[in-house]
Amino acid sequence: MSGVCVVMEERNGRIARMSWEALAAGHTLGAQLGLPVNAILPGTQTESMAAEIATKAVAKVVRLEHALLAAYTSDAFALAMEQFIRAEQPAYVVFPHTYQVRDYAPALAARFGQVLIGDVTGIGVGPVFVRQLMQGRLNGEYSHSGNGTCFISVQSGAFRADQADSAAATVEIFTPNIEQAQIRTKPGQPFRGSAQTVDLGLAQFIVSVGRGIKEAENLGIVQELATALGAELAASRPICDNGWLPIERQVGSSGQTVSPKLYLAVGISGAIQHLVGMKGSQCVVAINKDPDAPIFEIADYGIIGDLFEVVPALTEAVKSAKQ
Amino acid sequence: MKIIVAIKQVPERDAQVHIDSTSKWIEEGDMQWALNESDAYALEEALQLKEKHGGEVVVVSAGPERVGSTIREALAKGADRAIHIDCDDLNQRDALGVARLLSEAIGTESPDLTLTGLQSDDLGYGQTGVILAELLGLPHASLILHVEKTDAGLTVKRELEEGWFQTIEMPLPAVLTIQSGGNKLRYATLMGIKKAKSKEIRRVTSQELGSVAPPVVVLERISAPQKQKSTQILGGSPKEAATALVEKLKFEARVL
Repeated sequence: MSGVCVVMEERNGRIARMSWEALAAGHTLGAQLGLPVNAILPGTQTESMAAEIATKAVAKVVRLEHALLAAYTSDAFALAMEQFIRAEQPAYVVFPHTYQVRDYAPALAARFGQVLIGDVTGIGVGPVFVRQLMQGRLNGEYSHSGNGTCFISVQSGAFRADQADSAAATVEIFTPNIEQAQIRTKPGQPFRGSAQTVDLGLAQFIVSVGRGIKEAENLGIVQELATALGAELAASRPICDNGWLPIERQVGSSGQTVSPKLYLAVGISGAIQHLVGMKGSQCVVAINKDPDAPIFEIADYGIIGDLFEVVPALTEAVKSAKQ
Repeated sequence: MKIIVAIKQVPERDAQVHIDSTSKWIEEGDMQWALNESDAYALEEALQLKEKHGGEVVVVSAGPERVGSTIREALAKGADRAIHIDCDDLNQRDALGVARLLSEAIGTESPDLTLTGLQSDDLGYGQTGVILAELLGLPHASLILHVEKTDAGLTVKRELEEGWFQTIEMPLPAVLTIQSGGNKLRYATLMGIKKAKSKEIRRVTSQELGSVAPPVVVLERISAPQKQKSTQILGGSPKEAATALVEKLKFEARVL
């Protein structure tokens, strides 16, 4: 058993931010345990990306190369990673907690009799891995027992991707044995759900509404507040799931990522899937009847109360302030 | 088509949660319980597939006695029968431990399709369905919003990040984890509730399904999260709070 192995994810020919954050988590773990940090990059034609990773203070970069890794399938990725891990025997395997990782890493870990500690937000001495429970209302501290490889995935935004450049590490190629017949699913090309006409990413002011609004008919009061503020109207997932607002107005891991000057969350409890989409906002205001709602953990200002009373009052206050 | 749906009973969404004296779990005393949200969508998908293609929908759920109420709710919505894995230590089991229980209970049923919700609203591991597929030796797809049966098997719509989707073709039998929002959920009808009373609930104990392996991943402690920002709570009447907020946004945060 040796080393920390960070699995980097290629997305459209680039390494996405979440993989750099996973690498930062890997460095945290490596520093704590005195272990070398290696990076592994599954895919095809990953040479230039591997060269970039090699300058980020890693001991080595391994390109896990195979033509059948060009398009993601859980079968090919799990098989390739399984072979690499059996050969390398890392003490820790660190993933970014992406939709792709969620799709295959649990099965991969199970092949080793292991369990992925998923969606980790912090790494303490031990190591102890912190992840959220009860939709972000509580934290759980997890330890790994036994001598096997420990698998973790890290939450978007939990670690800062700020590796300083270093001298280039060596880049190796590992070629797994995968046959086409072993891949049981046939993936299609990714597509967008609908023509995107609203780019919330550019909005300076956003009023976002969640489950607390109760009924579609009640959206009017939130729309009035948005109009008074000159803000875009957005929503958390359940509102779009119900068809009350189009999916293009959804903020969160499955919707848009926003970073406005002002994000006003109305009746949104603040499940992590929502928070990852808006925690880069400059100023966050939360209106919620539940003082324990996780949204208050990241809010600058909060009003604890009935949104059906607070929102109309706020609309009036905004209007009179603008006069 | 024979479809198994694995469902979980979780604390009701708005329930207050308090850490218990062991610091390893929450107080269950007067907790209100509900069917996990994405599991409700998995059940809905199964019921719609049965309505289109015929067959049987069997729900399976692990947990103590109280889980019975959630099982009956699923039967009232239209599931044909249920398997209740009687198990008092669900929270101490890791995702592999729970998936092992389910795979043992499901194995003898040989379903064409097994569905789970994407993730539980309490522990939120989001792994049970994927590990279950691995243990059953079946292909899987996760984060599924739409399922269509084809001659060759299934065509499913998978959610990717940031508004992207993907279609996947796969053979049966298979395991899918279902994302919320793909269908409109049905309510149990009075007739459904009445019928549910005579539907079969087979009980098996976790001991009957095999010995308990110690968890590889151990939940050591639960704690309240530390605030990342110090939130200024604005009190008073709604009008006072609203006026104070506008002042703060204008002169302190300077965003208005």
